[in-house]
Amino acid sequence: MLRVLNLEAGYGNLRVLKGVSMHVSPGEIVALIGANGAGKTTLLGAIAGVVRATDGEIAFDGRTIRNAPAEKIVSLGCALVPEGRQIFAPLSVQENLMLGAYARRGREGRAAAHARLEEVRGLFGVLGERQRQLAGTLSGGEQQMLAIGRALMSAPRCIMMDEPSMGIAPKVVKEIFGAVVRLRGKGLTVLLVEQNAKAALAIADRGYVLEAGRIVIEGSARDLLDNRDVQRAYLGKEYRRIDE
Amino acid sequence: MDPALLLDPALLWKFCLAGLAVGSIYAIVAIGFNIIYNTTGIINFAQGEFVVLGAMTAISLAGHMPLAAAVALAVLATMLAGALIEIVFIRWLKDASVLRLVIITIGVSILMREGMLHAWDEKMHALPHFSGTETSSIAILGASCPPQYLWVFGTLAVIVAGLSLFFKLTVTGRAMRACAANRTAARLCGINAKAMVTLSFMLSAGIGALAGCVTSPITQTQYDMGAPLAIKGFTVAIVGGLGNSVAAVGAGLLVGVLESLSVMIGCSTYQDGVAVAILMAILVCKPSGLFGSAEAAALKEF
Ligand SMILES: Nc1ncnc2c1ncn2[C@@H]1O[C@H](COP(=O)(O)OP(=O)(O)OP(=O)(O)O)[C@@H](O)[C@H]1O
Ligand SMILES: [Mg+2]
Repeated sequence: MLRVLNLEAGYGNLRVLKGVSMHVSPGEIVALIGANGAGKTTLLGAIAGVVRATDGEIAFDGRTIRNAPAEKIVSLGCALVPEGRQIFAPLSVQENLMLGAYARRGREGRAAAHARLEEVRGLFGVLGERQRQLAGTLSGGEQQMLAIGRALMSAPRCIMMDEPSMGIAPKVVKEIFGAVVRLRGKGLTVLLVEQNAKAALAIADRGYVLEAGRIVIEGSARDLLDNRDVQRAYLGKEYRRIDE
Repeated sequence: MDPALLLDPALLWKFCLAGLAVGSIYAIVAIGFNIIYNTTGIINFAQGEFVVLGAMTAISLAGHMPLAAAVALAVLATMLAGALIEIVFIRWLKDASVLRLVIITIGVSILMREGMLHAWDEKMHALPHFSGTETSSIAILGASCPPQYLWVFGTLAVIVAGLSLFFKLTVTGRAMRACAANRTAARLCGINAKAMVTLSFMLSAGIGALAGCVTSPITQTQYDMGAPLAIKGFTVAIVGGLGNSVAAVGAGLLVGVLESLSVMIGCSTYQDGVAVAILMAILVCKPSGLFGSAEAAALKEF
């Protein structure tokens, strides 16, 4: 579904991604973990078309999308839930959600968009209760649900989420991750970037570890959870052994 | 100079009315500033030239067609000019600083002024009064004034109401607000941010042109009237709190009335100074604008 090959990307002279290759198959949840500054956000940004890629290939559904405009990529069915939520704070919850469907305007009627709106409200009930409220006044967890809901409104086949658990109470993280699993159950493909590696790998099928702009480990979620290096660096398990 | 004149209520109201009419134009220019500011962070100093271009075009067309058609065509032509200016001077600049863009708009305003001097001339022109003639007058609460005043107030009301409906209810209007709130997120929703910026230039050019047409019978129009208008409109936008169009109406009417009162008591030499003095006072005492919130001001780039 999504394939990245030897991707190089960065900001100005700063090279962040140094030849990243990875893929996500239809119906999978793939976790991408890595330390602060590893380049996770940059990778998702390059796929979504908001960060310039300087070399390599990105293909979505077999069609090359490297450096296509962001608005084109979302209309092809690949949506990004950006880091830090990035909701439209001065707009109402309802307006935020309906703007999510902007990419599909002209290709579907109002009825289809409203049907999807109902689905999103079914997934995150609180969005229905708060529809008239300004998005900026929602709690952090609710804003994250809104950001995911807004992305879902574009009827994506593949959704990329950048640290949806950031700064959110564990209980709400559970709810959001539960929703991710349900979405996959409905056939959605998910690429999940997380600092919270344990929670991400618990629901993922496969995972990648990104370090300083390179993929250093990849494998099934089970393998990653069992991997010593992953455990030490990302799962908070200390191995105080002198020879390490 | 005779402040005692302020005690004559009939006279006071007459000058207030004149001030409200002029203030309406300031408000419309300020709204034009706000529209572009909100989507781009740029203060477009060519805003005053849109007003003049609209009026001049309508004056030229009015000889060949009914007034309403001339005004409509002039507004459309000015909108096209706005789009062209954005595409030629603004769009292709990648990651340009806001300051650089603002300076470019000053350059554009000079270009437009010179262009209009060549296309027309340095004389005063005026559109005919929309209803009645130069000498007809109506009474508003006892004070007589040209019926054109009503056209001015009406235009301001229609623009404010129309814009607010456009931004609240239409998909495109919401998309523009989304761009203003968070441009990257808007692109991730599939919104073509560049097109929205062009559209914001078209909208502000269009309402500027409409303002130019509706005031031309009262104030007349000359090729170089844009710059002072832009300064007044800018003052009003700041006084109201940048980006807030409802506040711009209040601030515009306020500045207009204060100016008019300064003329009334005989300080017409200082009329233009009034706006600048208000601007300075506001910038010192309440940088977020009379109606703005401190948090909003903290988020602004300059
Ligand atoms: N807009 C930008 N301009 C310049 N450099 C940037 C920009 N965004 C990120 N960087 C740099 O790129 C590198 C990778 O950043 P990125 O945000 O992709 O990391 P990340 O893995 O998402 O980190 P985190 O876990 O903190 O979100 C960092 O060194 C960062 O300083
Ligand atoms: Mg990140």
